[in-house]
Amino acid sequence: MSAPRFTTLTSRAVVLPNTDVDTDQIIPARFLKITDKLGLGEKLFHDWRYLDDGTPNPAFVLNRPESRGAQILVAGHNFGCGSSREHAPWALVGWGLRAVVSTMFADIFRGNSLKNGLVPVTVGPAVHAELLAALKADPSLPVTVDLAAEQPALSWPGGAPVAFPVDPFSRTCLLQGVDELGYLQSFLPKVRAYEEALA
Amino acid sequence: MDRTPRTLFEKIWNTHVVAQEPGAPAVLYIDLHLVHEVTSPQAFAVLKERGLKVRRPDRTVATMDHSIPTRGGYEAADELGRRQLRLLETNAAEHGVRLYGLNSVQRGIVHVIGPEQGFTQPGMTIVCGDSHTSTHGAFGALGFGIGTSEVGHVLATQCLLQRKPRTCEVRFEGRLGAGVTAKDMILALLSKIGVGGGTGYVFEYTGEAIRALDMEGRMTVCNMSIEGGARAGMVAPDDKTFAYLAGREFAPKGAAWDQAVARWRSLPTDAGATYDRTVTVDCARLEPMVTWGTNPGQGVGVTQPLPDPRNVADAAERAGLEKALAYMKVEAGRPLLGQKVDVVFLGSCTNSRLGDLRAAADLLRGRRVAPGVRMLVVPGSQSVKNAAEAEGLDRVFKDAGADWREAGCSMCIAMNGDQLAPGELAVSTSNRNFEGRQGKGGRTVLASPLTAVAAAVTGRVTDPRTLTPDRPVALTGKGVAA
Repeated sequence: MSAPRFTTLTSRAVVLPNTDVDTDQIIPARFLKITDKLGLGEKLFHDWRYLDDGTPNPAFVLNRPESRGAQILVAGHNFGCGSSREHAPWALVGWGLRAVVSTMFADIFRGNSLKNGLVPVTVGPAVHAELLAALKADPSLPVTVDLAAEQPALSWPGGAPVAFPVDPFSRTCLLQGVDELGYLQSFLPKVRAYEEALA
Repeated sequence: MDRTPRTLFEKIWNTHVVAQEPGAPAVLYIDLHLVHEVTSPQAFAVLKERGLKVRRPDRTVATMDHSIPTRGGYEAADELGRRQLRLLETNAAEHGVRLYGLNSVQRGIVHVIGPEQGFTQPGMTIVCGDSHTSTHGAFGALGFGIGTSEVGHVLATQCLLQRKPRTCEVRFEGRLGAGVTAKDMILALLSKIGVGGGTGYVFEYTGEAIRALDMEGRMTVCNMSIEGGARAGMVAPDDKTFAYLAGREFAPKGAAWDQAVARWRSLPTDAGATYDRTVTVDCARLEPMVTWGTNPGQGVGVTQPLPDPRNVADAAERAGLEKALAYMKVEAGRPLLGQKVDVVFLGSCTNSRLGDLRAAADLLRGRRVAPGVRMLVVPGSQSVKNAAEAEGLDRVFKDAGADWREAGCSMCIAMNGDQLAPGELAVSTSNRNFEGRQGKGGRTVLASPLTAVAAAVTGRVTDPRTLTPDRPVALTGKGVAA
């Protein structure tokens, strides 16, 4: 078994700078009745993305023509707060996104994202503001998330690469497509010993 | 012997690490895995795909709560909901997992039945594919929410890969005034630290006001830890904890009980142990809290004015404030008192236990739900429902004109038929006021059961402290809208 891989990605970016975007906005609860992962990309940000009559809201960023094909989301502070639903990264990946840039991610969302090949890129407020300004000046600016570099970095034309933190284990898992369940299973003898010591 | 002083969290963490490779997260043993219908189907599918079985069905407990209708059973669910509920039955049967299914008299919201049946115990690691698993921390357990991939990991191995979080002591000092409750304590904390203020931390709640709370109040506080970004919130176990658990079906019995209590008494944080951070809330100054915005950190005391964006310097913060005020259609700079209310929801894993229903019924007794207001009372479990009916609480709610339902998450998550219509405003005892959380276009004001009842009988956001027999509700005066 193999998990989704991520090495390096250069893509246009979608900007959604709102702070505290919760997972209920990313994927509303009424779409959680599925028993698989299919079709969630169409429901991503549903209640912001569609008008009451079901047509796309032209003012919402994902509906703008220049957003088509973008694989990087530049989000605001504390992205993914709220519920533990893994449907949130499933929906983001389903739409075609592979990385989210923010100044902070909610813990459960961050963990869920890493397991689905969606890279949470945490940068400082100043870098975040610079990136927003650069994308405002040129919405088609190509942004690069390089996880393969020894020091993973975010970069865009006109500036030096900015290192972002990613723990070595998560990085290896993403680069090599390590199956975390398989990794955990390799500890089962130790788990049994732990259980025996408890009993 | 190592005598380094340790926190409650560190004691539990240290005794559950099965393995720790350099640079990798810890392999953490999970004592109790709670499962529900919404976040488990894809995890069971992974087991099937790999030919794996649930490794410890004896440490796994399943219930139906999120997508189950609160009246009419399966027939009332839509096709997808029905399929999800049936699939949990199939998966539980196939793997030998105990399931509190549709007709079980013990079925209920996962975070209500865990403690109620005695599964939740001090010192345990407890997980569930649900962020409000922090509730179980009220017992001095480490309980936290996980994603569906991790649900699969625990089903297959009884372990999780986890990084050690930092610790934050949240001291609730002083005593609560009349009409101020556990819900107001946690809403006050959230309004102080914001919805991201606890990210990366585990909270340990301490102080006089926490010790004074009963177990249900402690559960209410721990439940909303995740609303501050903390995956877990904990309270050191004490005699109240042990008294609550004694005699419950899955609590230890006889000599095993005595041994367990002795072990549990060693869990509280040692004198001299340190936290990475400390936050203090002065409870003597608290008043009933209401949220006015679209996240649980946007709350104020019920008599206090809402923030005014004109006074906020930071542009992103100001934009967020303006967006929240516009969505909620509430006015900056004045209190929420007097705001017209369409719906009152008493329920959810935050406030649906017997004590919540009793407190609400005591205030409601002899009063009526105001004309034009719809009030929904949804017990947290069928056991709570039966106990409430045995005391006649259901009569109080029904006589007042409220709707009395079967157990479930109901309108807290609005994926089971119970929901707000667009534009409706609810005063709700649940935990999230995100845009559309209780139904697309719905507006949510989070509050305590007392404040919810005060809203129900007046049809307005009302300070419950004004709702006593000798102080009849005054709907006039400063800050009351027409």
